[in-house]
Amino acid sequence: MNYSPLTDADRQDMLSAIGAKSFDDLIANVPAALRERGLNLPSGLSEFELRGYLDSILSSNKTSGTFNSFLGAGSYDHYIPAVVSQIAGRGEFVTAYTPYQAEASQGTLQAIFEYQSVMAELTGLEVANGSHYDGATAFAEGVLLALRTTGRNKALVARTVHPEYRAVAATYLAGTDHRIEEIPYTQNGCLDLKFLKEKLTPEVGCVAASNPNFFGRVEDLTDALALIRGNQSLFLVTGHPLSFSVFRSPGEWGADMACGEAQPLGLGLNFGGPYVGYFAASQALMRKIPGRLVGLTTDRRGKRAFVLTLQAREQHIRREKASSNICSNQALCALTVCVYLAAMGWDGLREVAMLNVEKARALRERIAALPEFEIPFGGDIFNEFVVRSRKPLKPLMEKLREKGILAGYALEKSYPELKDHFLVTVTEKKTDAQMNELTEGLGSRR
Amino acid sequence: MMEDKAAVRKEGKREWCGMTDEPNILIFEKNRSGKRTTGYVPSPSSEAKRLIPDSLARKKDAIFPEVSEREIVQHFLRLSQKNFSVDTHFYPLGSCTMKYNPKINEEIANHPSFTGLHPYQPEESVQGILRIFWELEEWLKGVTGMDRFSLQPAAGAHGELVGMMIARAYHDSRRDFARRQVIVPDSSHGTNPASAAFYGFEVITIPSDPRGRVNLAELAKAVSEKTACLMMTNPNTLGLFEDDILKIQKMMHEKGALLYYDGANMNALLGIARPGDMGFDMIHLNLHKTFSTPHGGGGPGAGPVGVKKALEKFLPVPLVTRKGDRYGLDDDLPDSIGRVKAFYGNAGILLRAYVYMRRLGKEGLEQVSRDAVLSANYLKKNLQSALEIPHGGFCMHEFVASSEPLKRFGVTAGNIGKRLLDYGIHAPTVYFPLIVKEALMVEPTETESKETLDRFCEVIRKIVRESEADPECLKNAPHCFPVSHPDEVKAAREPLLTYRAFLGRQDRRDRSDLVSGISF
Amino acid sequence: MNFPKTLRYAKTHEWARRGDGVVVAGLSEYAQKELSDVVYVELPAIGKEVKQGQPCAVVESVKAAFDVYAPVSGKVVKVNKTLEANPSLVNTDSYGEGWFLEIEPSQTGEWDSLLDAGTYESVLQESAH
Repeated sequence: MNYSPLTDADRQDMLSAIGAKSFDDLIANVPAALRERGLNLPSGLSEFELRGYLDSILSSNKTSGTFNSFLGAGSYDHYIPAVVSQIAGRGEFVTAYTPYQAEASQGTLQAIFEYQSVMAELTGLEVANGSHYDGATAFAEGVLLALRTTGRNKALVARTVHPEYRAVAATYLAGTDHRIEEIPYTQNGCLDLKFLKEKLTPEVGCVAASNPNFFGRVEDLTDALALIRGNQSLFLVTGHPLSFSVFRSPGEWGADMACGEAQPLGLGLNFGGPYVGYFAASQALMRKIPGRLVGLTTDRRGKRAFVLTLQAREQHIRREKASSNICSNQALCALTVCVYLAAMGWDGLREVAMLNVEKARALRERIAALPEFEIPFGGDIFNEFVVRSRKPLKPLMEKLREKGILAGYALEKSYPELKDHFLVTVTEKKTDAQMNELTEGLGSRR
Repeated sequence: MMEDKAAVRKEGKREWCGMTDEPNILIFEKNRSGKRTTGYVPSPSSEAKRLIPDSLARKKDAIFPEVSEREIVQHFLRLSQKNFSVDTHFYPLGSCTMKYNPKINEEIANHPSFTGLHPYQPEESVQGILRIFWELEEWLKGVTGMDRFSLQPAAGAHGELVGMMIARAYHDSRRDFARRQVIVPDSSHGTNPASAAFYGFEVITIPSDPRGRVNLAELAKAVSEKTACLMMTNPNTLGLFEDDILKIQKMMHEKGALLYYDGANMNALLGIARPGDMGFDMIHLNLHKTFSTPHGGGGPGAGPVGVKKALEKFLPVPLVTRKGDRYGLDDDLPDSIGRVKAFYGNAGILLRAYVYMRRLGKEGLEQVSRDAVLSANYLKKNLQSALEIPHGGFCMHEFVASSEPLKRFGVTAGNIGKRLLDYGIHAPTVYFPLIVKEALMVEPTETESKETLDRFCEVIRKIVRESEADPECLKNAPHCFPVSHPDEVKAAREPLLTYRAFLGRQDRRDRSDLVSGISF
Repeated sequence: MNFPKTLRYAKTHEWARRGDGVVVAGLSEYAQKELSDVVYVELPAIGKEVKQGQPCAVVESVKAAFDVYAPVSGKVVKVNKTLEANPSLVNTDSYGEGWFLEIEPSQTGEWDSLLDAGTYESVLQESAH
């Protein structure tokens, strides 16, 4: 079976119209040595059978809906209003191509323009692109942009940036003359300013930090900014975008760029993708931003119109001169984010963010009161915090898992020095009962 | 403007294009304080604000939408009506494979048993999706003849970048540090040289021969001990099979260089020939092309990268593993180029592609390419009398026509593309590949009915007649869309990328510029 | 097309004019016509050392971006900042207000390797065939 509407009679008619005796005539250019006699693969399944088969496979997954999960660490389970998926599921958006034909793509183009507008607002910067593959790739390209713009070859990246973002940046830079050095964190889980000050040499073109950082801490970046400006380096800030509505946004911290993950704004967990990277920057960097940009203009009749713009930066025009090889955005995900932010509105968004802070703080207090646990990095947080277990973490996690609780993200793999430490995430979806279940599970000796 | 309308009326296009021509009103322009629908989640307590010290609190205001849910639905559905899409229109866009996206893909990928999976859940709780990854990899290997796949890359261009990283890692591992050049044919997709240059390679472009294929003599001149890799697609962007591919691969491999296959044109080859058998060492596949995952207006897609055995150890981490009936993710690969994306690739897109392949199976997949090639040849033959077709003979899944003869009426390929929109047909890829003048690159895919293909030819012939009779009508096309010929020069000279920037510009302007709030 | 006799030209379509110890450079009328509407010009930093025939600026139209090559080697001493706000000057006044930059030459012989107007025009005619 396939989805082709051609009948056998059609195929015959078409072949004769072409003047070919058989299909093989059409592919006579393919050397015989290459001609396969069919694929070595199983036959197809009816939709009904396939659905049953997939149900049986996928039901062996246990989801965040069945677990009482406190996992976050870059992928967040926030509430998504019904209106978001209804609109983002429309075939007219889902099955459209990249909006090269502006006249036939005003819907997609305007949605991206509105997404750019709200992301610029949220990050507190002047411009935002039409989105990136994900937070990690946006981050990596942000670091590259800073180095290329300043003409310097070294980036200082905080160790409190998501480990996978740092890993992707390292991969992207591996083939270039650029280098990354990591900035350690203090006993408080914050940027080590003393180290930063020492390392801010003239070759440093970029300083990248996360706020809130990977440990959930929200830090005061005022002093860091002064140092960075003094060295004429560019400042990149990443972080959970929902927090930018109540805590100071990257723009307000003086960042030149904000690059990170917008999944928390209306996208499901989806086992890590597709997600959507936000990439915002100051006006001065506008013409250097990688990826799609939509601009507002007028048409030949003077009517308002939207177009892909500043395309000379892009690969299909500059070819080997492009500012990046990226030739798409995550348009459908950007639309989803745009609908989510429209549904919440500014005040609604701030309320959700506050609810995250309130619940995370409440849970942190309860866990801090347990004798077997301590909070190593106290201070201000958004919706995550680090806990240290005085007992070995692994058996504890396993015990909780058996009870259907995922207590959090074990930090040792990415931070070997943080043995028996784990990162607990609390979103607005966590109920009192679920949080109690965790504290009781952590508190119980069996 | 009057004559435009007359032309539209005369030809009666409106029934075809199905677009609304309502003006573009921004969601922000519907704002009024207090309109917002509230109560999506409970409210925080009034104490909550005290948890944010003043030194860390956001001070900057934000211009956000402030409208009801009802207005949001209306706003975005109105936008959806200003889009062409595969669901609503024929989209013969060359090299983009705008085939029908089966609905079962969407239903499975939107099921909570997938959407609720957190990437850091314990491995034993995600066995189902890992098994699907594993099986998908097996299918991709079967279709391409490669030995191992990374499912990480988020798009074709991302896959190419990974390919360039692997090429570099491979040569470096052999201490062959001089290989810093990548060869691309002049018919290549623009991403190929961009990806190579982005990763620091020097790009060498070689011209095509008169048959539209890679010029072997030029290739022989270009290849040397400095060559890291040749990037090409087969069939090429002219829709022609590179029949010298076995010679080409020999030439490259004898010089120690690698071959990279751009999988954008894989829809021509399912069950016909495999890139692995042609001698390619690396390949990316655009799952959003051949494997029916939707384009989403420009993403998300997925661009898995497959390699031959010798390059396996360089693939990005993590790789999907299987031990007995247990599936896992391995990120402990010392020679890997590293991580190229957070988590495990665009899982939701991978799942859709898997659903598609399982649904079709061997016979269905083979029929895909047979019908795609048949449909393209049918159009090519039919259009020979209307347009110039510079490279004759049979094509694979797409072909390139030229509207050069219509230049004498002042009509360009771009004009034809815009006029097609009026008839409810998306423009072919225009002005590409660069080696054909006034190029119109047509790829019908296998999912269009014969009636649709016939109508396309009929419309093209009509437009060719219009070029002579009424070239102005073409130059001003499209006529029944919300906008026509947006001013790209203005957009690029004075970029307005956000609503706030637009408001700022408006404030500086003479208010008399405003025409009923929809213009500036 | 207009190619002032007082200027010298590079095969890559830049013009050069000798001033007071400096060489002023811009794009020829042929180049600006080929580019069509210039939307952006990226100029080098003052003090940058440039080499003859190497890229020293970028000029963008809606659909293309091109390097501008330095007609002579030397130090950039002045750039035409007004192009950043008003790039259309490259189209409307390519030999006047549309100038790009001033270079303090470091190699004396290079000037003579540039083409005079007549030779440049014949190069253009040849490449048209």
